[in-house]
Amino acid sequence: MEVIDLISITTFCTHYNVPTTFINQLEDYELIEIVVSEQDQYIKVTQINEVEKMMRLHYDLNINLEGLDAVYNLLKRVETLQSEITSLNNKLRLYED
Amino acid sequence: MAVVDYYKTLGLSKTASEKDIKKAYRKLARKYHPDLNPNDKDAELKFKEINEANEVLSNPENRKKYDQYGEHWQNSEAYEQSKRQQQQQQRAYQGQSGQAGGYSQHDFEDIFGNMFGGQASGGQRTSRFRGQDFNAELQLDLKDVYEDHKRTLTVNNKNIRITIPAGVENGQTIKIKGHGGKGTNNGPNGDLLIQFSITNTTAFKRDKDNLYATVDLDLYTALLGGDLMVDTFDGKVKLTIKPETQNGTKVKLKGKGFPKYKKAGQFGDLYITYQIKTPTKLTDKEKALFTELQKLR
Repeated sequence: MEVIDLISITTFCTHYNVPTTFINQLEDYELIEIVVSEQDQYIKVTQINEVEKMMRLHYDLNINLEGLDAVYNLLKRVETLQSEITSLNNKLRLYED
Repeated sequence: MAVVDYYKTLGLSKTASEKDIKKAYRKLARKYHPDLNPNDKDAELKFKEINEANEVLSNPENRKKYDQYGEHWQNSEAYEQSKRQQQQQQRAYQGQSGQAGGYSQHDFEDIFGNMFGGQASGGQRTSRFRGQDFNAELQLDLKDVYEDHKRTLTVNNKNIRITIPAGVENGQTIKIKGHGGKGTNNGPNGDLLIQFSITNTTAFKRDKDNLYATVDLDLYTALLGGDLMVDTFDGKVKLTIKPETQNGTKVKLKGKGFPKYKKAGQFGDLYITYQIKTPTKLTDKEKALFTELQKLR
Protein backbone atom coordinates (compact mmCIF):
# COMPACT_ATOMS: atom_id res chain seq x y z
CA MET A 1 0.00 0.00 0.00
CA GLU A 2 1.27 3.45 -0.86
CA VAL A 3 2.16 5.61 2.14
CA ILE A 4 1.48 9.35 1.80
CA ASP A 5 3.12 11.85 4.15
CA LEU A 6 0.64 14.43 5.37
CA ILE A 7 0.87 17.55 7.49
CA SER A 8 -2.09 18.86 9.42
CA ILE A 9 -3.35 22.22 8.21
CA THR A 10 -3.39 23.57 11.76
CA THR A 11 0.29 22.70 12.24
CA PHE A 12 1.19 24.12 8.86
CA CYS A 13 -0.71 27.37 9.42
CA THR A 14 0.68 27.84 12.92
CA HIS A 15 4.20 27.36 11.58
CA TYR A 16 3.75 29.90 8.80
CA ASN A 17 1.42 32.17 10.74
CA VAL A 18 -1.28 32.19 8.10
CA PRO A 19 -5.00 31.70 8.67
CA THR A 20 -6.36 28.22 7.95
CA THR A 21 -8.98 29.87 5.74
CA PHE A 22 -6.18 30.63 3.28
CA ILE A 23 -5.56 26.91 2.77
CA ASN A 24 -9.29 26.26 2.45
CA GLN A 25 -9.55 29.00 -0.15
CA LEU A 26 -6.70 27.43 -2.11
CA GLU A 27 -8.69 24.23 -2.15
CA ASP A 28 -11.83 26.09 -3.26
CA TYR A 29 -9.86 27.31 -6.27
CA GLU A 30 -8.65 23.73 -6.82
CA LEU A 31 -5.07 24.87 -6.42
CA ILE A 32 -4.33 22.25 -3.77
CA GLU A 33 -5.90 19.07 -2.50
CA ILE A 34 -6.94 18.67 1.14
CA VAL A 35 -7.03 15.21 2.66
CA VAL A 36 -9.57 14.66 5.47
CA SER A 37 -8.82 11.93 7.96
CA GLU A 38 -10.69 11.42 11.22
CA GLN A 39 -12.22 14.90 10.95
CA ASP A 40 -8.80 16.56 10.67
CA GLN A 41 -7.64 18.28 7.51
CA TYR A 42 -4.23 17.65 6.01
CA ILE A 43 -2.18 18.58 3.00
CA LYS A 44 0.33 16.32 1.33
CA VAL A 45 3.94 17.04 2.26
CA THR A 46 4.76 17.05 -1.46
CA GLN A 47 2.49 20.10 -1.82
CA ILE A 48 4.32 22.23 0.74
CA ASN A 49 6.62 23.85 -1.81
CA GLU A 50 3.67 24.85 -3.97
CA VAL A 51 1.69 26.22 -1.03
CA GLU A 52 4.74 28.22 0.10
CA LYS A 53 5.01 29.68 -3.37
CA MET A 54 1.33 30.65 -3.36
CA MET A 55 1.73 32.19 0.08
CA ARG A 56 4.63 34.32 -1.14
CA LEU A 57 2.69 35.45 -4.19
CA HIS A 58 -0.40 36.23 -2.11
CA TYR A 59 1.20 37.93 0.87
CA ASP A 60 4.34 39.46 -0.65
CA LEU A 61 2.84 40.63 -3.91
CA ASN A 62 -0.77 41.13 -2.85
CA ILE A 63 -2.04 38.86 -5.59
CA ASN A 64 -5.60 37.88 -4.82
CA LEU A 65 -6.85 34.32 -5.15
CA GLU A 66 -8.31 34.83 -8.61
CA GLY A 67 -4.95 36.20 -9.74
CA LEU A 68 -3.17 33.36 -7.98
CA ASP A 69 -5.27 30.86 -9.88
CA ALA A 70 -4.35 32.49 -13.19
CA VAL A 71 -0.68 32.96 -12.30
CA TYR A 72 -0.32 29.44 -10.98
CA ASN A 73 -1.78 27.90 -14.12
CA LEU A 74 0.37 30.08 -16.35
CA LEU A 75 3.46 29.13 -14.35
CA LYS A 76 2.63 25.47 -14.87
CA ARG A 77 2.46 26.14 -18.59
CA VAL A 78 5.77 28.01 -18.50
CA GLU A 79 7.32 25.04 -16.70
CA THR A 80 5.98 22.60 -19.29
CA LEU A 81 7.15 24.80 -22.15
CA GLN A 82 10.59 25.20 -20.60
CA SER A 83 11.08 21.46 -20.29
CA GLU A 84 9.79 21.04 -23.84
CA ILE A 85 12.33 23.62 -25.06
CA THR A 86 15.12 21.77 -23.24
CA SER A 87 14.05 18.48 -24.77
CA LEU A 88 13.79 20.02 -28.26
CA ASN A 89 17.19 21.71 -27.88
CA ASN A 90 18.71 18.37 -27.00
CA LYS A 91 17.07 16.80 -30.04
CA LEU A 92 18.27 19.64 -32.26
CA ARG A 93 21.84 18.96 -31.17
CA LEU A 94 21.53 15.59 -32.89
CA TYR A 95 21.36 17.37 -36.24
CA GLU A 96 23.51 20.44 -35.54
CA ASP A 97 26.72 18.76 -34.37
CA MET B 1 31.75 49.35 -8.26
CA ALA B 2 28.85 51.15 -9.91
CA VAL B 3 26.95 53.64 -7.77
CA VAL B 4 23.46 52.37 -7.08
CA ASP B 5 20.72 54.92 -7.47
CA TYR B 6 17.76 53.54 -5.54
CA TYR B 7 15.37 56.03 -7.09
CA LYS B 8 16.47 55.01 -10.54
CA THR B 9 16.14 51.34 -9.60
CA LEU B 10 12.49 51.94 -8.77
CA GLY B 11 12.02 54.31 -11.71
CA LEU B 12 11.21 57.26 -9.47
CA SER B 13 12.27 60.85 -9.02
CA LYS B 14 13.69 62.10 -5.74
CA THR B 15 10.44 63.87 -4.99
CA ALA B 16 8.43 60.64 -5.04
CA SER B 17 5.90 60.21 -2.23
CA GLU B 18 5.74 57.18 0.06
CA LYS B 19 2.73 56.04 -1.92
CA ASP B 20 4.68 56.33 -5.19
CA ILE B 21 7.51 54.23 -3.73
CA LYS B 22 5.13 51.54 -2.53
CA LYS B 23 3.34 51.51 -5.87
CA ALA B 24 6.56 51.34 -7.91
CA TYR B 25 7.96 48.61 -5.69
CA ARG B 26 4.83 46.48 -5.95
CA LYS B 27 4.73 46.87 -9.71
CA LEU B 28 8.37 45.90 -10.16
CA ALA B 29 8.21 43.13 -7.56
CA ARG B 30 5.35 41.54 -9.48
CA LYS B 31 7.37 41.78 -12.65
CA TYR B 32 10.63 40.36 -11.31
CA HIS B 33 9.58 38.10 -8.41
CA PRO B 34 11.62 34.85 -8.68
CA ASP B 35 8.48 32.74 -8.31
CA LEU B 36 7.08 34.37 -11.42
CA ASN B 37 10.35 34.11 -13.34
CA PRO B 38 11.61 30.59 -12.80
CA ASN B 39 15.23 30.00 -13.86
CA ASP B 40 15.69 33.66 -14.82
CA LYS B 41 18.90 34.86 -13.18
CA ASP B 42 18.52 38.41 -14.50
CA ALA B 43 15.09 38.70 -12.93
CA GLU B 44 16.44 37.35 -9.65
CA LEU B 45 19.20 39.96 -9.61
CA LYS B 46 16.77 42.73 -10.49
CA PHE B 47 14.42 41.59 -7.74
CA LYS B 48 17.24 41.81 -5.20
CA GLU B 49 18.04 45.33 -6.40
CA ILE B 50 14.48 46.57 -6.15
CA ASN B 51 14.11 44.96 -2.72
CA GLU B 52 17.23 46.74 -1.52
CA ALA B 53 15.99 50.03 -2.95
CA ASN B 54 12.59 49.57 -1.33
CA GLU B 55 14.07 48.68 2.05
CA VAL B 56 15.93 51.97 2.09
CA LEU B 57 13.40 54.27 0.49
CA SER B 58 10.31 52.93 2.25
CA ASN B 59 11.82 53.75 5.61
CA PRO B 60 11.55 57.57 6.01
CA GLU B 61 14.57 57.76 8.28
CA ASN B 62 16.80 55.72 5.99
CA ARG B 63 15.50 57.59 2.98
CA LYS B 64 16.44 60.91 4.59
CA LYS B 65 19.95 59.66 5.20
CA TYR B 66 20.17 58.27 1.69
CA ASP B 67 19.03 61.63 0.26
CA GLN B 68 21.67 63.42 2.32
CA TYR B 69 24.64 61.09 1.99
CA GLY B 70 23.86 59.07 -1.12
CA GLU B 71 25.48 55.67 -1.39
CA HIS B 72 27.40 56.27 1.86
CA TRP B 73 24.22 56.73 3.88
CA GLN B 74 25.05 53.80 6.15
CA ASN B 75 28.48 55.18 7.03
CA SER B 76 26.92 58.56 7.70
CA GLU B 77 25.26 57.16 10.79
CA ALA B 78 28.64 56.10 12.16
CA TYR B 79 30.10 59.42 11.18
CA GLU B 80 27.34 61.36 12.92
CA GLN B 81 27.64 59.17 15.99
CA SER B 82 31.37 59.64 16.24
CA LYS B 83 30.93 63.35 15.70
CA ARG B 84 28.47 63.48 18.58
CA GLN B 85 30.84 61.48 20.79
CA GLN B 86 33.67 63.76 19.84
CA GLN B 87 31.64 66.83 20.73
CA GLN B 88 30.66 65.30 24.07
CA GLN B 89 34.27 64.45 24.84
CA GLN B 90 35.35 67.92 23.93
CA ARG B 91 32.76 69.37 26.27
CA ALA B 92 33.82 66.99 29.05
CA TYR B 93 37.50 67.80 28.73
CA GLN B 94 37.21 71.48 28.18
CA GLY B 95 40.45 73.06 27.15
CA GLN B 96 42.32 69.79 27.22
CA SER B 97 44.03 68.86 24.06
CA GLY B 98 43.55 65.28 23.11
CA GLN B 99 42.84 62.77 20.44
CA ALA B 100 39.45 63.01 18.86
CA GLY B 101 37.23 60.01 19.58
CA GLY B 102 37.62 57.92 16.43
CA TYR B 103 35.33 55.19 15.36
CA SER B 104 36.56 51.70 14.81
CA GLN B 105 35.61 49.02 12.37
CA HIS B 106 33.56 47.48 15.18
CA ASP B 107 31.40 50.58 15.41
CA PHE B 108 30.61 50.28 11.72
CA GLU B 109 29.78 46.62 12.10
CA ASP B 110 27.49 47.26 15.05
CA ILE B 111 25.71 49.95 13.16
CA PHE B 112 25.31 47.83 10.08
CA GLY B 113 24.08 45.02 12.28
CA ASN B 114 21.49 47.25 13.87
CA MET B 115 20.33 48.46 10.52
CA PHE B 116 20.15 45.18 8.69
CA GLY B 117 19.84 42.57 11.39
CA GLY B 118 16.29 41.29 11.70
CA GLN B 119 14.38 43.50 9.35
CA ALA B 120 10.70 42.83 8.99
CA SER B 121 9.59 42.09 5.46
CA GLY B 122 6.59 43.95 4.18
CA GLY B 123 5.13 44.29 7.62
CA GLN B 124 2.13 42.11 6.87
CA ARG B 125 3.21 39.05 8.82
CA THR B 126 6.01 38.36 11.23
CA SER B 127 5.86 34.79 10.06
CA ARG B 128 8.52 32.23 9.40
CA PHE B 129 9.53 32.33 5.78
CA ARG B 130 11.27 29.73 3.78
CA GLY B 131 14.62 30.93 2.45
CA GLN B 132 15.26 31.78 -1.17
CA ASP B 133 16.04 28.95 -3.56
CA PHE B 134 19.56 29.16 -4.98
CA ASN B 135 20.17 28.34 -8.63
CA ALA B 136 23.46 26.96 -9.87
CA GLU B 137 24.70 25.55 -13.13
CA LEU B 138 27.05 22.58 -13.26
CA GLN B 139 29.00 21.73 -16.40
CA LEU B 140 29.71 18.08 -16.98
CA ASP B 141 30.92 15.97 -19.83
CA LEU B 142 28.69 13.25 -21.27
CA LYS B 143 31.26 10.70 -20.09
CA ASP B 144 30.82 11.96 -16.51
CA VAL B 145 27.13 11.14 -16.46
CA TYR B 146 27.44 7.65 -17.91
CA GLU B 147 27.87 6.44 -14.33
CA ASP B 148 26.78 7.85 -10.96
CA HIS B 149 29.04 10.79 -10.39
CA LYS B 150 30.12 12.30 -7.08
CA ARG B 151 30.91 15.99 -6.78
CA THR B 152 31.71 18.29 -3.91
CA LEU B 153 30.19 21.73 -4.16
CA THR B 154 30.79 24.75 -1.97
CA VAL B 155 27.59 26.52 -1.04
CA ASN B 156 27.51 29.27 1.60
CA ASN B 157 31.06 28.29 2.58
CA LYS B 158 29.91 24.75 3.29
CA ASN B 159 31.06 21.77 1.30
CA ILE B 160 28.29 19.49 0.22
CA ARG B 161 28.87 16.17 -1.44
CA ILE B 162 26.32 15.23 -4.02
CA THR B 163 25.80 12.16 -6.13
CA ILE B 164 24.64 12.88 -9.64
CA PRO B 165 22.65 9.90 -10.88
CA ALA B 166 23.81 8.36 -14.14
CA GLY B 167 21.71 9.35 -17.14
CA VAL B 168 21.02 12.92 -16.08
CA GLU B 169 20.02 15.03 -19.09
CA ASN B 170 21.36 18.28 -20.45
CA GLY B 171 19.23 21.10 -19.01
CA GLN B 172 17.82 18.91 -16.25
CA THR B 173 17.58 20.40 -12.77
CA ILE B 174 17.97 18.52 -9.51
CA LYS B 175 16.99 19.86 -6.13
CA ILE B 176 19.18 19.64 -3.03
CA LYS B 177 16.80 20.28 -0.19
CA GLY B 178 17.69 22.81 2.50
CA HIS B 179 20.88 24.11 0.89
CA GLY B 180 19.42 27.38 -0.36
CA GLY B 181 19.10 30.70 1.46
CA LYS B 182 18.43 30.78 5.18
CA GLY B 183 14.81 31.02 6.26
CA THR B 184 13.49 34.12 8.03
CA ASN B 185 12.40 33.86 11.67
CA ASN B 186 13.51 30.22 11.92
CA GLY B 187 11.68 29.33 8.73
CA PRO B 188 13.05 26.43 6.71
CA ASN B 189 15.99 26.97 4.39
CA GLY B 190 15.43 27.22 0.67
CA ASP B 191 16.65 24.60 -1.76
CA LEU B 192 19.65 24.48 -4.03
CA LEU B 193 18.60 23.91 -7.64
CA ILE B 194 21.39 22.61 -9.83
CA GLN B 195 20.91 22.72 -13.57
CA PHE B 196 23.20 20.51 -15.63
CA SER B 197 24.90 21.68 -18.76
CA ILE B 198 26.26 18.57 -20.43
CA THR B 199 28.83 18.88 -23.16
CA ASN B 200 29.33 16.03 -25.57
CA THR B 201 32.82 15.49 -26.90
CA THR B 202 32.21 11.88 -27.91
CA ALA B 203 31.40 10.47 -31.34
CA PHE B 204 27.95 9.54 -30.08
CA LYS B 205 24.85 11.64 -30.30
CA ARG B 206 22.36 11.33 -27.51
CA ASP B 207 18.60 11.60 -27.38
CA LYS B 208 17.43 10.85 -23.82
CA ASP B 209 18.76 7.32 -23.17
CA ASN B 210 19.39 6.36 -26.79
CA LEU B 211 22.71 6.87 -28.50
CA TYR B 212 23.38 7.29 -32.21
CA ALA B 213 26.60 6.75 -34.13
CA THR B 214 27.67 6.50 -37.76
CA VAL B 215 30.35 3.98 -38.70
CA ASP B 216 32.26 3.61 -41.92
CA LEU B 217 31.89 0.33 -43.80
CA ASP B 218 34.15 -0.63 -46.66
CA LEU B 219 32.50 -1.52 -49.97
CA TYR B 220 33.64 -5.13 -50.00
CA THR B 221 32.31 -5.97 -46.51
CA ALA B 222 29.07 -4.20 -47.42
CA LEU B 223 28.76 -6.32 -50.56
CA LEU B 224 30.01 -9.66 -49.33
CA GLY B 225 29.28 -9.45 -45.60
CA GLY B 226 31.72 -9.98 -42.74
CA ASP B 227 32.58 -8.83 -39.25
CA LEU B 228 33.13 -5.29 -38.02
CA MET B 229 34.38 -4.03 -34.66
CA VAL B 230 32.47 -0.94 -33.53
CA ASP B 231 32.84 1.33 -30.52
CA THR B 232 30.06 1.53 -28.00
CA PHE B 233 30.07 3.84 -24.99
CA ASP B 234 31.59 1.17 -22.75
CA GLY B 235 33.85 -0.73 -25.11
CA LYS B 236 33.98 -2.46 -28.47
CA VAL B 237 31.54 -4.99 -29.92
CA LYS B 238 31.78 -7.23 -32.98
CA LEU B 239 28.98 -6.84 -35.48
CA THR B 240 28.14 -9.28 -38.24
CA ILE B 241 27.49 -7.45 -41.47
CA LYS B 242 24.97 -9.06 -43.77
CA PRO B 243 25.93 -9.41 -47.43
CA GLU B 244 24.57 -6.64 -49.71
CA THR B 245 24.20 -4.15 -46.87
CA GLN B 246 22.97 -0.81 -48.21
CA ASN B 247 24.38 2.61 -47.42
CA GLY B 248 22.50 4.24 -44.51
CA THR B 249 21.33 0.94 -43.04
CA LYS B 250 20.58 1.26 -39.34
CA VAL B 251 21.07 -1.42 -36.74
CA LYS B 252 19.94 -1.32 -33.14
CA LEU B 253 22.20 -2.60 -30.39
CA LYS B 254 19.77 -3.21 -27.57
CA GLY B 255 20.90 -2.05 -24.13
CA LYS B 256 24.08 -0.46 -25.47
CA GLY B 257 22.79 3.09 -25.14
CA PHE B 258 22.90 5.50 -22.23
CA PRO B 259 21.85 4.58 -18.67
CA LYS B 260 18.23 5.33 -17.85
CA TYR B 261 17.94 8.06 -15.23
CA LYS B 262 17.43 6.61 -11.75
CA LYS B 263 16.83 3.14 -13.17
CA ALA B 264 19.93 1.26 -12.12
CA GLY B 265 21.05 -1.38 -14.59
CA GLN B 266 18.69 -0.23 -17.37
CA PHE B 267 20.07 1.22 -20.56
CA GLY B 268 18.71 2.69 -23.75
CA ASP B 269 19.75 1.45 -27.19
CA LEU B 270 22.59 2.30 -29.53
CA TYR B 271 21.67 2.94 -33.15
CA ILE B 272 24.46 2.42 -35.66
CA THR B 273 24.16 3.81 -39.17
CA TYR B 274 26.47 2.32 -41.80
CA GLN B 275 28.17 4.71 -44.15
CA ILE B 276 29.65 2.81 -47.05
CA LYS B 277 33.01 4.09 -48.21
CA THR B 278 33.74 3.49 -51.86
CA PRO B 279 37.39 2.97 -52.74
CA THR B 280 39.36 5.82 -54.28
CA LYS B 281 42.62 5.97 -56.29
CA LEU B 282 41.74 2.79 -58.19
CA THR B 283 44.54 0.98 -59.93
CA ASP B 284 44.18 0.06 -63.60
CA LYS B 285 43.53 -3.53 -62.63
CA GLU B 286 40.77 -2.52 -60.19
CA LYS B 287 39.20 -0.28 -62.81
CA ALA B 288 39.23 -3.15 -65.26
CA LEU B 289 37.64 -5.51 -62.76
CA PHE B 290 34.93 -2.99 -61.84
CA THR B 291 34.22 -2.43 -65.52
CA GLU B 292 33.86 -6.16 -65.92
CA LEU B 293 31.49 -6.24 -62.95
CA GLN B 294 29.51 -3.37 -64.46
CA LYS B 295 29.06 -5.29 -67.67
CA LEU B 296 27.67 -8.24 -65.72
CA ARG B 297 24.83 -6.15 -64.26
